Amino acid sequence: MVFEKLAALVADHLGCEVEKITKETTFESLGIDSLDTVEMVMELEEELGITIALEEKMATVGELAAYIESLTA
Amino acid sequence: MNFEVIGTGHYAPENVVTNDDLAKFLDTSDEWISTRVGVRERRVCTTETTAELAYRASKNALEMAGTNPEELDLILCATISADDASPSLACNLQKLLGAECPAMDLNAACSGFIYMLETAAGFFARGTAKKVLVVGAERMSRLLNWNDRSTCVIFGDGAGAMVLSAGSSYLASKIYAKGNTDVIRIPHPQGMSPFYKNESEEPFVLMNGQETFKFAVNAMTKDVQEVIEKAGLTQEDIAYVIPHQANLRIIDSAKRKLSIPPERFCSNIERYGNTSAASIPILVDELNRDGKFKDNDKLVLCSFGGGLSSAACVLEWKCR
Repeated sequence: MVFEKLAALVADHLGCEVEKITKETTFESLGIDSLDTVEMVMELEEELGITIALEEKMATVGELAAYIESLTA
Repeated sequence: MNFEVIGTGHYAPENVVTNDDLAKFLDTSDEWISTRVGVRERRVCTTETTAELAYRASKNALEMAGTNPEELDLILCATISADDASPSLACNLQKLLGAECPAMDLNAACSGFIYMLETAAGFFARGTAKKVLVVGAERMSRLLNWNDRSTCVIFGDGAGAMVLSAGSSYLASKIYAKGNTDVIRIPHPQGMSPFYKNESEEPFVLMNGQETFKFAVNAMTKDVQEVIEKAGLTQEDIAYVIPHQANLRIIDSAKRKLSIPPERFCSNIERYGNTSAASIPILVDELNRDGKFKDNDKLVLCSFGGGLSSAACVLEWKCR
């Protein structure tokens, strides 16, 4: 569920089709840098009502989604 | 009773360091720095002291105000990079100016300048000061690890000053702090006590960029809305937003969350980098000298940084 929300945010941020984003897609390949990632994480924080501390770098959309999911579990 | 601004000034060291200059000894590039941070060049001290930067900025502000240093009732300096632990930067500055009034420093990191405006407002409210010099001055280059490409490319040196006189320009304000040592920290040098057992740390800027970004955007968005509301104004009433110049991406992100027209957000980070407590008075002075402010314009100043701290205020500009 988090992955779908994150993929939608990424697609919205880039103005591309959401289908193009898979769990294996790297942020780097999309041209998304660490500050873009924080902006999207902040939107997810608002939506999910949780605080997401970004301790380590996540390379793929799937990794970040799994990390956020582990926080909400 | 609070104050109005009767003079502004700034000064930055002559030595210009471009992103290409940094790329000569760091694995970085103009493209990386300008897209991630928004800085193209910064000023870096070679021989100037923090007190000299403060002095030159103050002279410019006093000249505009038509005020002699002897007329000052108080000197307030916001800094985290004073030349000496003692005397304070304010006392060093007082000596250079030849002023004869109380002088003191305050550390609220990048939020220091607005914290000092708030302090000044208290003196005016008690009627104990008629003319106050408020300065933000930093030699950040002293506090940087020049081998760390994630931090040293961001900062620069400089100073900005305002001369305040009794008035009613300070319409609303907010100062905030949330003690935290994980997001931004600059350790002091350890000293040489033979009795102190803790491991020593390098006395340079440590920063978690992503968490800093998050705090900054949230603080700026919230504080700006709060002070506008406190002043009984709407976002549409604001002529200019003058944010702390930490990172252009922070300003862009907050801009999207607020309903103030985007062209009213001011910036000069491209030329100075992040000058901590000096960034707001430098930018205010540049805009003022460019003739951007009209009488009764409502300006929002806002800042955020180490502490963690944040601050914001609404100033009603008075043309003189």
